[in-house]
Amino acid sequence: MLAHEYIRNALLAGTFVALACGVIGWFVVLRGQVFAGDALSHVAFPGALAAAAAGIDQRVGLFTATVALAAGIGVMGRGALAARAGRAAAIDQADDTAIGIVFMFILGLGVFFLTRFSLSSGGASGIQAAHTLFGSIFGLAAGEARLAAAIGLAVVLLTLGMGRPLLFSSVAPDVASARGVPTRLLGIAFLALLGVIAAEATQAVGALLLLGLLAVPAAAAHRVARNPFAGIALAGLIAVAAMWGGLALAYAVPSLPPSSAIVALSVVIFYASTILA
Amino acid sequence: MPAEVSNPHLGWNIARDVSELTEYHFMVNALVAGSIVAVMAGLVGWMMVLRREAFAGHTLSMMAFPGASGAALAGIPAAWGYFAMCAGGALAIARLSGGKRGAWSEQSAGIAAVQATALAAGFLFVSLYGGVLGDLESLLFGNILGVSDGAVLLLAVVAMVAVAVLAALGRRLLFASVDPDAAAARGLRVGLLSGAFLLMLGVAVAATSQITGVLLVFALLVGPPATAQVITARPSLSLALTVVLGLLVVWIGLGIAYFSVYPAGFFIATVSAVIYALARTLVWLLGRQRLPGPERRPDAAQPSGVVA
Repeated sequence: MLAHEYIRNALLAGTFVALACGVIGWFVVLRGQVFAGDALSHVAFPGALAAAAAGIDQRVGLFTATVALAAGIGVMGRGALAARAGRAAAIDQADDTAIGIVFMFILGLGVFFLTRFSLSSGGASGIQAAHTLFGSIFGLAAGEARLAAAIGLAVVLLTLGMGRPLLFSSVAPDVASARGVPTRLLGIAFLALLGVIAAEATQAVGALLLLGLLAVPAAAAHRVARNPFAGIALAGLIAVAAMWGGLALAYAVPSLPPSSAIVALSVVIFYASTILA
Repeated sequence: MPAEVSNPHLGWNIARDVSELTEYHFMVNALVAGSIVAVMAGLVGWMMVLRREAFAGHTLSMMAFPGASGAALAGIPAAWGYFAMCAGGALAIARLSGGKRGAWSEQSAGIAAVQATALAAGFLFVSLYGGVLGDLESLLFGNILGVSDGAVLLLAVVAMVAVAVLAALGRRLLFASVDPDAAAARGLRVGLLSGAFLLMLGVAVAATSQITGVLLVFALLVGPPATAQVITARPSLSLALTVVLGLLVVWIGLGIAYFSVYPAGFFIATVSAVIYALARTLVWLLGRQRLPGPERRPDAAQPSGVVA
């Protein structure tokens, strides 16, 4: 299996993207921002389409769209409003209305760009859309795989670097901001980091399947491990295991798409953890 | 979009433009279906925004994917597969999130697991099916040209049932949404109520996607209710406002789409987002003391006699 170059590329990119998704996903679940992560993964699609319509590199569009939405949520959300009113910047369930509106608007733009793109380029748009929506981890070139691995590793390091204050401000936002932790800034930085990994993972597992790596392993880890450090390690481990297992499965069964296999494994682990816990 | 039907162009004579809109049967059907959906989506969406279940609503709209591809694999109509998957997804979410509003993060993680499962299954169905899913594009982006008389009738029946159930459960649902603990203490079956609401949400999402496309159901499900809840805190007034705004959004969106090559969903989503942004800006400009947004609603709604 390892003799094939596309498998080696997929393993290299997949391992680090999955590790980053697992680690940052643990904080996403802790902070109740799963919907934000989901929205970020979906706006990657209009971003890529807009870039295609404008004729520039797809990744520019991907990263711009996700980081812009992350900033939008950070600025418009309830946490930001509370901070402006002089209170602690806690992320709240009420954010989901703001997320829903921004998300819907950006998807509307995606539909616009898709139509525009297909009017100008004939049939290629459908392939482009499918490529963005579902990812093509087996189609990564060596350079793309190295870039994905580097971004994944950077996100892991940055997340762990701000792990302590982030944990503090997620669990007890009032106390943290009283102690002088910049909770609002941390929240926005965290969302931007989430946007970066959402854009990168979109290329690996696809926009529609990102949740399977971001939220599901982390949710399983939260059910099993109470200790934060054990939880973060476990979330990363489950995500990487699902990635490896999924890739091997997809290699063994050619009719099985790799994205489906990866997500299916991570969901199986999640259901097993709910039975265990 | 309807370029093959005639050569529509927007003139300065508004009366003529409007009469041109209603000249074609498919356009009348689209407008009627859009209006039915706007009313139902507005009412169900109002409750969804109040209950902060937008993520659940979004997940249910994603059920279209395994629904349609599974139906293609089994050889049954796509709409059946969609409605069946929506109902199944609603039950799974109700089961996994425990029905209570306990831990928010636990609940949304459960919803995420349901969505991931559904999408992985959908993608598997597509690759097993092997062929090209012809309906996928109209499913994703909506197809206002294809609304048949039968579809209008079906939507009307579904909407009437959904609105009737909502009216019957309304008071108890509002109570259980605003203060689940007190509602449970009063003997309301909160878990059962939220399960029933999720089922209704699934039906509303499936119906809305016929007009806006799966990707843009929030244009009718979140936009008008969120706008109404920004403007007023009184439940009855904001419900009425939701319906009015929903109808406006659909009519303006479909009207513009008729004269354009772009899908209706894009215009409906844009109008909906613009109305929300306008409302928030206005409220902010007027310098009201309360926080704009739905988070303050429950406290304001509470004293006006919400009793089981």
